[in-house]
Amino acid sequence: MTSAPKEYTAPAMAARTAATLFVFVAIFTGLLSGAYLWTKPAIEASAAEEKMKLVDEVLPRNEYDNALLEDTVTIQPTPELGLSDPTTLYRARQNGKPVALIFEAVAPDGYAGKIRLIIAVRVDGQVAGVRVTQHKETPGLGDYVEVKKDKNKVRPWITQFVGMSLATVTDKDWKVKKDGGRLDYYAGATVTPRAVSKAVYKAVKWAEANREQMFAEGAAK
Amino acid sequence: MISRDEFRTIAGNGIWKQNTSIAQILGLCPLLAVTTNAVNGVMLSLATILVMAISNLAVASLRNFIPHEIRIPVFILIVAALVTVVDLLFNANLHELYLVLGIFIPLIVTNCIVLARVEAFANKNPPLQSTFDGIFMGVGMLWTLALLGAMREMLGNGTILGGIDMVFPSLQPIQVLPESYPGFLLALLPPGAFILLGCMIAWKNWMDARAAERNKLKPPTPVATAGCS
Repeated sequence: MTSAPKEYTAPAMAARTAATLFVFVAIFTGLLSGAYLWTKPAIEASAAEEKMKLVDEVLPRNEYDNALLEDTVTIQPTPELGLSDPTTLYRARQNGKPVALIFEAVAPDGYAGKIRLIIAVRVDGQVAGVRVTQHKETPGLGDYVEVKKDKNKVRPWITQFVGMSLATVTDKDWKVKKDGGRLDYYAGATVTPRAVSKAVYKAVKWAEANREQMFAEGAAK
Repeated sequence: MISRDEFRTIAGNGIWKQNTSIAQILGLCPLLAVTTNAVNGVMLSLATILVMAISNLAVASLRNFIPHEIRIPVFILIVAALVTVVDLLFNANLHELYLVLGIFIPLIVTNCIVLARVEAFANKNPPLQSTFDGIFMGVGMLWTLALLGAMREMLGNGTILGGIDMVFPSLQPIQVLPESYPGFLLALLPPGAFILLGCMIAWKNWMDARAAERNKLKPPTPVATAGCS
């Protein structure tokens, strides 16, 4: 094998190859950083808009007047909400008065792993809205907890939580009908709605217990 | 430049002869994951066409500067950097389109088709030919995935064009089988994709075998009953 031309010794060849690779890495890393810095403001703006869209789904925009995305509390991992990572909680206020808390919750016991939810709970304890943000439930069976996949477009399954609160609905009613509660479910998939119902119930309870503290947090600033 | 024959060969290879999904059997992971309906398959393929055209063009243009010994790391570097740049540019400037196509772009990075074409074609051919190769490999993938997706959703849900509302919010999936169709879950799960893909590969081999047979026989003058046998 006489692969290398004669004028190069092995170390010189290696050095040359390394130098070429280095040049390529430098050029493409530069390109990448340039593109990242150039697109960063636009991407951040659209990410904020995305978040607002999600918030709009659970709480109408005319009910609050604060810059909701900036009025946040970071909550530490909370087992009651099924959260194992710190998450951000948003506070909605009207004229400075508390309106609702918007936060994430996780149903750990879905049919195929965790179901992530975003939920808005008003100051009076009423659920303003719930949406599933992430799940791996069986397509066509359990995935109707996601509004987009629900065949009932007029009154999607997940909207039945709206208006429920601990004061008006007894503990035992926060369950799917099969388990003796008042929540509907579609035949063939009970595990998914059961998991979601349980998570919403726990989230409402958590909001009840932590509301004062959450709205007070950082108020001194 | 590119001759007519050359162009035809490249197109024929991409669309049928070396079709990525049913001849080269490459990139099955994203294929299985996204072809639960035709729309997803088409979207993934469109994103792949874009990425393959760009990376083939880039590698073909730089091919004379890339030392043979370290070509693979350099290819990976080029492909990964370009895909990320495309992803960022899409996200920033064409956000609506990004919401539809964006989730597929990271899937493409894991797709070995891109690296395979860069190594097998762009590394040895001029930029124009390589770009066309990238595009037609993607086109071949497009019809295969569209067909596979359409079969899966028809068997699984009884609909076609499921997910079209993600692309055109005004359109709705079409129910082709009666509403009472119970659905066939297997078709929607990855094993169903494997089975149907196997059928498509068999179909391609059968077509090829038949064509080879015909060429060998130098077909006699067509008989009136042709097509009935």
